[in-house]
Amino acid sequence: MSYIAKPKVAHPNMPKNKLGLTARDYEGTVSTLCAGCGHDSVTAAIIQAVFELNIEPQMLAKMSGIGCSSKTPAYFVSGSHGFNSVHGRMPSVTTGANAANRSLTYIGVSGDGDSLSIGAGQFVHAIRRNLNMCYIIENNGVYGLTKGQFSASADIGTRPKKGEPNRQEPIDPVSTAISLGATYIARSFSGDKEQLVPLIQGALMHEGFALVDVISPCVTFNDHEGSTKSYAHTRQHYHHVVDADYIPPAEEIKAAYKEGSAMAVELHDGSKIVLRKVDDEYDPTSRAASFKYLRERFNVGEITTGLLYIDESRKEMHDLMGNVQTPMCQLPLDALHPGSDELKKILNRYR
Amino acid sequence: MATINDVVLKIATVNGTGSASANGLLLKSIFRMGIPVVGKNFFPSNIQGLPTWYEIRVTSDGYQSRSDHVDLMVAMNAQTYARDLAEVASGGWLLYDSTWPRHRQLDRDDVTVLGVPLSKMCNESFDGARARILMKNIAYVGAVAALLDIDLDTITSLLEQTFAEKKHLVASNMQAIRLGYDYARENFVCPLPKKVATMTGTDDHIIIDGNTAAGLGCMYAGATVGAWYPITPSTSLMDAFRSFCSKYRVDPETGARTYCIIQAEDELSAIGMVLGAAWNGARSFTPTSGPGISLMSEFIGFAYYAEIPTVIFNVQRTGPSTGMPTRTQQADLMSCAYASHGDTKHVLLFPADPNECFSMAQSAFDHAERLQTPVIVMMDLDIGMNDWMVPDLEFDDSKIPDRGKVFTAEQLEEMDAFYRYLDVDGDGIPYRSLPGVHEKGSYFTRGSGHTRYGAYTEDSAAYKDVLDRLLVKWETARATLPEAEIEYSKFNKAGLLTIGSGHGACKEARDRLAEQKVNLNYCRVRAFPFGEDVREFIAQHDVVYVVEQNRDAQLRSMLMLDIDADPAKLVSLLHYDGMPLNARFVIDKVLEEVAKGCAA
Repeated sequence: MSYIAKPKVAHPNMPKNKLGLTARDYEGTVSTLCAGCGHDSVTAAIIQAVFELNIEPQMLAKMSGIGCSSKTPAYFVSGSHGFNSVHGRMPSVTTGANAANRSLTYIGVSGDGDSLSIGAGQFVHAIRRNLNMCYIIENNGVYGLTKGQFSASADIGTRPKKGEPNRQEPIDPVSTAISLGATYIARSFSGDKEQLVPLIQGALMHEGFALVDVISPCVTFNDHEGSTKSYAHTRQHYHHVVDADYIPPAEEIKAAYKEGSAMAVELHDGSKIVLRKVDDEYDPTSRAASFKYLRERFNVGEITTGLLYIDESRKEMHDLMGNVQTPMCQLPLDALHPGSDELKKILNRYR
Repeated sequence: MATINDVVLKIATVNGTGSASANGLLLKSIFRMGIPVVGKNFFPSNIQGLPTWYEIRVTSDGYQSRSDHVDLMVAMNAQTYARDLAEVASGGWLLYDSTWPRHRQLDRDDVTVLGVPLSKMCNESFDGARARILMKNIAYVGAVAALLDIDLDTITSLLEQTFAEKKHLVASNMQAIRLGYDYARENFVCPLPKKVATMTGTDDHIIIDGNTAAGLGCMYAGATVGAWYPITPSTSLMDAFRSFCSKYRVDPETGARTYCIIQAEDELSAIGMVLGAAWNGARSFTPTSGPGISLMSEFIGFAYYAEIPTVIFNVQRTGPSTGMPTRTQQADLMSCAYASHGDTKHVLLFPADPNECFSMAQSAFDHAERLQTPVIVMMDLDIGMNDWMVPDLEFDDSKIPDRGKVFTAEQLEEMDAFYRYLDVDGDGIPYRSLPGVHEKGSYFTRGSGHTRYGAYTEDSAAYKDVLDRLLVKWETARATLPEAEIEYSKFNKAGLLTIGSGHGACKEARDRLAEQKVNLNYCRVRAFPFGEDVREFIAQHDVVYVVEQNRDAQLRSMLMLDIDADPAKLVSLLHYDGMPLNARFVIDKVLEEVAKGCAA
């Protein structure tokens, strides 16, 4: 029952953020997903990320389509507007919402069915526009709500609970996004909050399209032996390449790192993402190198995680068009037309 | 029969040869002589090389519908020569390019054939293939000007205005016009018995197409987000919006734009963008045509149930499926009125001409924001893409747009709690809150079952409560939408009822029928759901002829479904061949029905 509100009782000593809010203030209603669902861990990571970033609840917009993942925006930040749209169409709704009000922070939560099958076209075109949003795919390789059919991200050879193994090539959202020119691409695992929280924070603060692909095992339909998106399989084949720390603009970079093994990337608002290179071969600023590395690791059965690609140089949608900074929805209507005298002049063209 | 300012001219050319500007020149010149005129373009779904026609009806009465005959045919396309000749009315004229020989067997005894060596003259006077082809078309303008007595000075000043930036083109165009003009004067008796003469019938009028007028209306309505996917015949609506915005919505100092046009990847996405923008409080819209409506249907149902203001322009073309994309019809009435699965129904507006496209484009946003629901402006290709002579568009600076029921931050602050779908005013319209305004205004917009408080539900009573309240809103819509245009006399027992582009032909048909002592009352419906006035009009008559441009009598069905109109009274006159409706069709069909009634 997703309308059951959680009691708003907070321990008096709970830490508060700069707005004076506790993490409890960023919670939503009680989750109705299966116990142990990876998606609930992602929800918890989002709550922590938004709390730590001091985002005012009403300045966050929660967008989703249809599926288990798309239900989750009800489970975090109840002080934000949410838009639970139709299947596979979250990107277009977010595009329009952002076109109307660029001052909000947009977080879209989608799934592998929602983004890679029915909504593949919209996912692709949101990237093409460099829509300023954080796009999370809770990726479990199956359709949960319709009870366990394979999705387009199911790996070859992975077995369903019943029936034959998958034989079709999977669509990998990360390599797809790299090939399309997304400007912030990360992958993580729902069970690794330490890695996931800063990646979501970086995605929220990035100006442009930020993808966070989260392997999020389905405990009911895809967590058995033979599944490549089970908890056990993911933990075993998990491969960090680049860990990230998110540093707000006002704070000094405190994260300890060795010279040569870390690099800082400055975001548009002056904040920084500090990348700690676990793997020396990896360069997250080269599209070609990232793609090559990911494919090679994939071929040996590894799931590469971390901040996999970042490009802070490309303009987001509004700036590509040259739009005003004021949100379109806040422009007074009478300032948007030249009035009746000018209309008379316009009409002279049609005489 | 000799006439003044009553002549129909049709020009047959090949598309992609620049004939559009030549035809526009003829239309505008006649208009500037103060003579009412209407232009209809019959073009192929093709870019270059196929037959295309432009019909100019000069009518001192100012009727706006297509004529039923052709007096002077300009046959510039050998491919269609035989059928073009066949179309000329008895006693009419055919002008052709006599540079090449013509088959004798194509002659008609009752049509005067006028040969003008257009290609030969232009080849001798101009260099280059492109110039020769373009000038050949301008040269027929000259010949027609001589034959109909169109004022050469008017043509010259129009050219000077058109080519203000490229003065050298004025001279070459005038040279071509003189070639045709002088040849006609030297070889034929000019003017013909059917000719034009200056009058004062076009004061305070303009010539404009509906798509341009609607695009201008969106700019005046303060629309900021336009999302679309190109589709004939709606494309020029967004082109017009873009063109007006590029002039009036760009900060002269910073260059910053106060409009956001997004060419979507498909219509599903275009409508999704419109919903997202409207949810955030911007005035947003999408222009489309029938196939686009099919694709948008899921989201239209969402907007109905989640109550999001949505403005859609459907410039209808013929169906089913791809149909004939460059021909007109009113065959999307049902698919728009009841778009999407489940119990849904939507507000439709029916503009009759470009003037109403301008005003209804603006009021569509008011209705959508007031009613928090999709509003579909039902245009068609005839209105959207043809040149109509309409009264000057007017804008009232003092009119305050209706933004509907939206809580401000202050109102939200004072509240204990905000619930999205409560009907506090009893009109079926709840208050909404916009994102980014106040934490207390937050709610979860969803297409799944919800209660009046906005919460998810699978409870039958709570679900039904919201669904029933939407019917209360439907009745509010009925009472607030534009009234029908009605002309009523208690002496008439029969009425004529139509929508949209059927108006011009019906108006003319009524006048002609009255001359034959068949007097009909008139009801031109302007919105769906139908108002009390429409219900009353039908009740007052023994028979109502329902004129619509589709095969399946969709308007008639909607009258039965929405206001329980008596089917026995509703007689359908259905025109659906893809050509714009003309008065002849309505007159003949009404007379047929009247004769049946007499026989019975």
